[in-house]
Parts: sequence; C-alpha cells; structure tokens
Amino acid sequence: MSGKNVRVAKADELTELSMRINGEECRGEVEPRTLLVFFLRDELNLTGTHVGCDTGHCGACTVVMDGKAVKSCMILAVQAAGADILTVEGLADDDKLNPIQKAFTENHGLQCGFCTPGLLMTTLALLRENQQPTEADIRRGIEGNLCRCTGYVNVVKSVKAAARALSEARKESSQ
Amino acid sequence: MIPKRFDYYSPGSLQEAIRLLRQNGEAKILAGGQSLLPLMKLRLAAPTALVDISKLVNLSHIRDNGDYLAIGALITHDAIEHDVTIRDRFTLINDAVARIGDQQVRNLGTIGGSVCHADPAADLPTALLVADTRFVMEGEGGRRMVPARDFFVDFFSTAVGHDEILTELQVPRLPKRSGSAYVKHSLREADFAIANVGTIVSMEEDGKTCREARIGFGSAGPTPLRAASAEQFLKGRPLDEATISEAAERAIEGANPSPDVHGSREYRLKMIKVLTQRSLGLALSRVGMTGGGAER
Repeated sequence: MSGKNVRVAKADELTELSMRINGEECRGEVEPRTLLVFFLRDELNLTGTHVGCDTGHCGACTVVMDGKAVKSCMILAVQAAGADILTVEGLADDDKLNPIQKAFTENHGLQCGFCTPGLLMTTLALLRENQQPTEADIRRGIEGNLCRCTGYVNVVKSVKAAARALSEARKESSQ
Repeated sequence: MIPKRFDYYSPGSLQEAIRLLRQNGEAKILAGGQSLLPLMKLRLAAPTALVDISKLVNLSHIRDNGDYLAIGALITHDAIEHDVTIRDRFTLINDAVARIGDQQVRNLGTIGGSVCHADPAADLPTALLVADTRFVMEGEGGRRMVPARDFFVDFFSTAVGHDEILTELQVPRLPKRSGSAYVKHSLREADFAIANVGTIVSMEEDGKTCREARIGFGSAGPTPLRAASAEQFLKGRPLDEATISEAAERAIEGANPSPDVHGSREYRLKMIKVLTQRSLGLALSRVGMTGGGAER
C-alpha cells in the first residue's frame, strides 16, 4: 500500500483518490460505483487494460494489484485506493518488450490480441509465485482468462517459454 | 454494467462498521466483492450503501488453537489454499477452496464473503457444514456463535443479522485416524457445482471399522445438507466397496435438486451418489497420512 484509503465516498459526489500505477502515483476523481477498469481506461487513459465480458468471466481486464492478479471489473476504484497496480502499459521498458511479451510474440500466443493484456498480467503474477510451473499449473493459472482464437495451446507454450526466459535472466543476473 | 449509486464507507473498526450497518438499513457488507459486485453490476442487488470491511485488521488470521482451527472471515481462498495446516489437517477445506472460481477470484474472494453469500451450489458451505464449523459473528449486542447446521437458513440467506458481521470460523480438530475430502462435478473448472459432496471418515484403532462418518452435499436444495441416514449406516461398519455403495444410495435420501439446463433431477441425484462414493474413497485413502487431517 503506497497511498491512503478512501474512508467515505458519497453516492452522488466525486471523490478524489490516488494509487500507484506502474510505479507512478496517479490521482483522479471517481464515483463510489466506478469500477477500477473504468478508472484506468476513462480517467487515466490507460486503455491497454481491456473490457471483455464485463461480468467477471473473461479476465481481459486482469491487472496485478499488490502482487496478485485481479479482475479490474470486479473491484471498485475506491477499494483500490492506495494500492500498487501494474497494468500492461507497465511491462515493456520503452521499446524493449518484457520477456513475457516477447514469449507470447515468438510463440504465437495471440491472434486477435484482445485477451492478451489480461493473459500477460495473469502470467506475470503466476510466474512470480511459481518460477517453474508445470503444464497443469499453467492451465490452472490461466483458467480465468478466456481466449477465443488460440485454443490455448500456444498460450501455454508462451507461458512456458516466458518461464524459461525469466529463469535464464535470473541466472545471468546472479552470475 | 454499472452498479446503481451507493454511498461507500471504509470504517476503521468493527464497532464503527456495525454502527454503519445499523444506520443504513439498505447497506451491504463488502469484503472481497467477488460475489456481491457481479450481482450489483447485473442490478440483482442494489444496496444504497456499502460498508467495506476489507481494510479491517484482526480478521485475517489462521490460528491453530489446539481443539479447533480459527479462520478469520477476511482470509482469501488463495491464502487458505497455501496454508499448510489446512492442507494437511483439514484437507476437505483445501479441496474446496482449490475449486472456487479462478485464480483472480481466489485472490480477492474471502471465506466470510463466500459463506455469507450462501449460494447452495458453492464449494465452501458444503465443506464447512461437514466439518461442523462454528460461525462467530459480532453485533451491537456482542458476540454469538452459531453451529453450521443453523448457519445456512435458505437460498442465499444465513443466520447473520443485518447489523452483524461474521468475524471468524472455528473448525473443530478432526479425531485421530481421520481422512477428509471434498469433490465436485461441474462442466467447466470455474463453474458452480452441478453436485458436490464433502466427507470426513474417522476410523477405529483396527483401521478397518468406521467410528464416525460425516457426509454432506450441496446443490440439491436451498442449503447444503448432511446425509444423516448414510452417516448412521456407516458407523461401526467396515468401510469397503459394499458399505460405501450402500451409503451412497442412502446419501440422496434428503436431496432435492432442481432440474435446469445443466442437468435433470435424476442426473443430479445420480451424481451425488457417484461423488459420495468418490469422496468416501478419497477420504479413506487419506486416513493416517499427514494429508488425512488428523495425526500430528
């Protein structure tokens, strides 16, 4: 938690809040009923986080909050006040893709790309908790992310490749 | 998919939260929000105020108190899944949380929220009923405790009063030589159960005779139910293919599942039988293992 909780927010008033997003302190004004995903997209213009089903089933809106993957359409912005959020915009280092993004690109882990931001963020949280996931771990881990193009085969391949790449990078940096 | 307007409160103490609930007759408690927010987005629920208890401290513990395990109401499914004591000694609870929703839901969803939502097809209510869990709630008048059989009252309704807050779940320690299991049938992993069954078997010293069996199922009526006749039948009998099969026949005596697009009444009854057999078999195979839930 990097900022302050919202203690009271009135139904028909805008409430100011802040949270840390991709390493930067971000402020904005919301109604209590504003979902985190709409705060990110409409207020902060971070449109990389997608709205798919908007009913909590598809996982396209997944972001990483305080280290855990969450669906940003299933949490209020006021609940996330003070939290540390990572969105897909925070993955790449300027033009240099994050190893997970690179693995998805190289392994055809996407076709239309709509589900990709959510899958990347789920993968990030998964690989932080489990550096060497089995295929079963991966399939269970991405259960909350629907992809209607790939049939998941190349998604699973991408997550495996990302796990390998990250473990190589760890080895190199420890040498 | 935007909820109706509501006032939002994030109280700093349990007492303040209880006061807010008293002042707002149409208020609802928000914890992880993984059941409530989807309902509000669909406008199946439209509370005029939300009392967010998720920032309250002292409700996020898992504590072994010897005779029982105390689980704070705000503990997430993910935290339960990673708790070694629960995995080793209350294995059916680990089985149940592992089958809830998906990883993102398990990261935010809480045990208190799940049981207070009281969906009869949910995973935890069945497992906690079988484990004879005690539900601790606090209100203006102080603390009270309700046994599992009185906690689930009807479809989506529990013994928790409007201005009360569920704070802790107490799961009694299983007897020696016990094993436990929870199994579920659903079309997709993340779906609610078409049928679910939880069991605990405790064996006599000979390792063959059943001293006590507890069997419960969900998704077959307004609340999860215990299979009293099957439990009674197994007591004092050896646990083998024949007795387990007979127990499964008796398990459906109190079941009253409603047919829907996922399965007819007959199919659901059949699945309860099948799952009772599987669950008893699995629980039996776990007796005596660390994973059985008893020996220390």
